[in-house]
Amino acid sequence: MDILTSTGMDFSILQYHFMQNAILAGLFAGITCSVVGVFVVTMHLSFIGVCIAHAAFAGALLGLWLGFNPLIGALLFSLASAAIIGPVADRGELNPDTSIGIVFSLMLGLAFLFMGLMPGAKTEALNLFWGSILTVNQQDIIFLAVITGVIGGLVAIFYKEIQAVICHRQVALAVGIPATIVFYGLLFSTSVTITASLQSIGGLLIYSLILNPAAAAYQLTYSLKRMLLIAVAFGVVSCWAGLAASYLLDIPSGAAIVITSAIIFGLATALSPKRKVKGWHQVPLAG
Amino acid sequence: MDNPVIKIQDAVVSYREDVALQGVSMEVKRGEFIGIIGPNGAGKTTLLTVINGLGKLVHGKAWVLGSCLNGRNTSNLRKRIGYVAQVENIDPRLPINVRETVMVGCYGRLGLFHRPTQAQWKTVDEVLEMVGLAHLAQRPIGHLSGGEYQRAAIARALVQQPDIFLLDEPTASIDRKAQREILSLIQLIHKEYHTTTLFVTHDLRTLPSTCQRLILMKDGKIWQQGSPESMLKEEVLTQLYGAPISMPTEAAPVWTY
Repeated sequence: MDILTSTGMDFSILQYHFMQNAILAGLFAGITCSVVGVFVVTMHLSFIGVCIAHAAFAGALLGLWLGFNPLIGALLFSLASAAIIGPVADRGELNPDTSIGIVFSLMLGLAFLFMGLMPGAKTEALNLFWGSILTVNQQDIIFLAVITGVIGGLVAIFYKEIQAVICHRQVALAVGIPATIVFYGLLFSTSVTITASLQSIGGLLIYSLILNPAAAAYQLTYSLKRMLLIAVAFGVVSCWAGLAASYLLDIPSGAAIVITSAIIFGLATALSPKRKVKGWHQVPLAG
Repeated sequence: MDNPVIKIQDAVVSYREDVALQGVSMEVKRGEFIGIIGPNGAGKTTLLTVINGLGKLVHGKAWVLGSCLNGRNTSNLRKRIGYVAQVENIDPRLPINVRETVMVGCYGRLGLFHRPTQAQWKTVDEVLEMVGLAHLAQRPIGHLSGGEYQRAAIARALVQQPDIFLLDEPTASIDRKAQREILSLIQLIHKEYHTTTLFVTHDLRTLPSTCQRLILMKDGKIWQQGSPESMLKEEVLTQLYGAPISMPTEAAPVWTY
């Protein structure tokens, strides 16, 4: 009954500054995570993204432990992990799964090491773990907005190169597109996006927001432009619906956002036109 | 007087412990159609990757279209080289259609910061018509059969307006009918545009009759080369492949185009 009252009429919560900030953070994080998610999903590099997310988390914890800005630590660690994984996976010296797995486990180990070495209460560290979209400040939102603008601008400018690289990387290289630079640009964009969203969504949950909306959009269209638009819509809806669920049901916001995005993915998969068998009609047997 | 389009001198390429090319030297004249045959692991694909700058030389030199390959100019040269590889496994859900895939061929020459023009889209449509894929232009690329996919790859290489056409086993893993269609198309393109063409295959039945010269490769080296008439002999081929080879007679697919 309380829920019905709240959903039916009570929008007074929107007057609060923290909620306005959360809505803006959800908008920008939803857009930027979904856009880089489309690249990661189309290139089948989901695990690389998971690894980069954990590296960002470890870097942020190092910042907290040593007393410098956690976002700088997150950015450096996530860029470094992308710079290590990319060439190792590319050169084929190790199986990509093996190399990514090793870097992933190293980052996880470092994260727990830094957390263990941190003196005093671990509240701030745990916030980076789970995210705290309801406590983001003006500075976080400006950072997120700038990153969203930069990534959106880069995608608009280099759309044709990005499309060629994520769909046909070897072909892109063979026709003279700077495919390697574009590929690393996409990995570094993922790193920067994860860093910018770390505070609001959290190191553990951020990757779901990158993967789920893009994976849901992947089920619904064969057009990259439409996939980007659908993924962005799903990402923003996940953030806002998750926020609403968090407020109405009094549950953690990061978890609510991720669960919402997973539900959207489930629905998209169930309703995917790509799963349907087209153009087949049963022909009755003669005689 | 007529400078070679491709000149390779004592090229050595190594992948870790394996030496894929051992001191290969060759020259190719403008407009030549060269067949490269040999058993698996002979270095045929590596030779093509040296020409388009994707293979790194550990020794020797290569000149392509008048420029000595040095690692810095390869990206520019690749814009003028059409490359068609074997049929690859691609994700059927990939968000790109046949028309867009073919347009990728234009992107290298188009350069950064430029969008494809209407005229370029028109060229793509004309080339799709030529390779017989106009009716599939809007189909997702992952939904094509092997033969259709190869025709799309050839169309993509064609819109690149290449000076050199590299075909790396373009008829492998596709059925005989599709093989014949692809070979006819390749020969038609050579007749029409006189593009310098290097055609790699290990299957003698898929060697186009327009071949002017055959290069026989074995163990990373050029083992022999000459006219198709002088090379396509049972004793030569038996030595090349290390197993008794009889010349294909059934419908003589190679020589009847």
